Amino acid sequence: MKTPVIVGAAECDLGVTNKSILELQAQAVSRALADAGLKISDVDGIATNAISRFSATSLADYLGIEPKFTDSTFAGGSSFEMYVARAYHAVASGQCNVVVISFASNQRSAKSRSLGGVVEHHTPEAQFETAYGPLSPLSYYAMAAQRYIHDVPNGRAALSEIAISAREWALLNPKAYRYGTASLTVAELESADLISSPLRASDCCLVTDGGGAIIITNSEIAKGLKSKPVSILGFGESTTNTSMTTHRDLRVTGAKQSGDIAFAMAGVSRSDIDVVEIYDSFTITTLLSLEGLGFAGKGEGAEFVLDGKTRPGGTFPLNTNGGGLSYCHPGQYGILLLIEAVRQLRGECGDRQVANAKLAVAHGTGGILSTNATVILGAN
Amino acid sequence: MFPYLPHEDAISAPFWAATRERKLLIQYCSTCDQFQWYPRAICISCATEKLEWREISGKGTIDSWTTVHRAPTEGFVPPYVIARVLLSEKVIMLTRLIGIESPACDQVVELSWQELSDGRALPVFG
Repeated sequence: MKTPVIVGAAECDLGVTNKSILELQAQAVSRALADAGLKISDVDGIATNAISRFSATSLADYLGIEPKFTDSTFAGGSSFEMYVARAYHAVASGQCNVVVISFASNQRSAKSRSLGGVVEHHTPEAQFETAYGPLSPLSYYAMAAQRYIHDVPNGRAALSEIAISAREWALLNPKAYRYGTASLTVAELESADLISSPLRASDCCLVTDGGGAIIITNSEIAKGLKSKPVSILGFGESTTNTSMTTHRDLRVTGAKQSGDIAFAMAGVSRSDIDVVEIYDSFTITTLLSLEGLGFAGKGEGAEFVLDGKTRPGGTFPLNTNGGGLSYCHPGQYGILLLIEAVRQLRGECGDRQVANAKLAVAHGTGGILSTNATVILGAN
Repeated sequence: MFPYLPHEDAISAPFWAATRERKLLIQYCSTCDQFQWYPRAICISCATEKLEWREISGKGTIDSWTTVHRAPTEGFVPPYVIARVLLSEKVIMLTRLIGIESPACDQVVELSWQELSDGRALPVFG
């Protein structure tokens, strides 16, 4: 068995690009390979989605390669954390040697995002939910937030703190969409337009273009490369629901299962983790994921964040690039969680660098809290 | 108010037919003594294909709710209230709340109906 490691990470252009999905994908792959010190002809594995029905096939053709391994698991924003697990097994077994995991979207330039989401008329959700007019996925997260606020003291204040903290980090990241703006205030947050109560515009992620890629290879090949390899210590996942009605407790997500499996595999404890990147599609997503992953107990996430420990300089550095709320949100944000975790562990993050970061968690969610996948990475 | 006409199929046809008479039918497995929502080809506890339809009480509580302020697609007219209602049969439905000014989680609600343009009706709660 070979030891898989991450040797490259890069973003494509972010924000408003007016570029095609495949141009952005090619940028991401090219930049990640350059970061690793590998050539495109070295790539023999591809994991990607959201290009077309045959996404990995499309990208392989566009890049001019004929891979030995592909995966286009489509599980929303957690797909990329899932791809790390799939790529790990493929590289460990020797099925392939160099896997590129990539994603890109031009959703802002192309105006391709709809508040109603994608309705597939044959599905149970379309038959039994669409007629009522929920925003999808937004209204499901809104109901989770409503239940949280009903049950937990200071729930609303905690949601606001998640957004404030993300903005503080974004102000340190020149690539962040909100870089060069200002700190958020509670008054500003709590008077923003209601979209699906209790969630306001300020509780919702950005809608931008963007994406990126990471490169996974084995430790033997990594020895000959210029980049500092990052270890893949643990991973876990959970798939719970696509209907808005089948998951019983809105406050308990698949993060518990995915986190427990990943931490057991890595053999580290929550208190060992130096930096945490959690998919913040909405402020409630971060709060529920913090609890599910075991950084705070159920219902204790609000108190956990309200002392400001997740902000720059705090004891629990969270979403250090500014997150989907203030940095970049191209749809399936999961790839950007991995890129930031890798950069923190390589010590490349400039003003936002977490001192001496040795262990990082990247946790993705997809759909309506439908899928959760956790990856634990370590510095070498 | 309800511009989207849901498709139906062989499995869900009895549910939709009953809505024309304002009856709410939910699948029931007599082996497991359990209701399930949404309708499926099998029981999700024992996998039998032998499921019954039962008319249910129409009583429940609000698990959670949200007031929608933007239209998901053309034809919807916000604001309106979407909710997850936990029925006394222990299944959760997505629905609308009608005539409740300030809803609250755990509030008791009852079934009512909103007609669709093709004569079927949507179960709603108030």
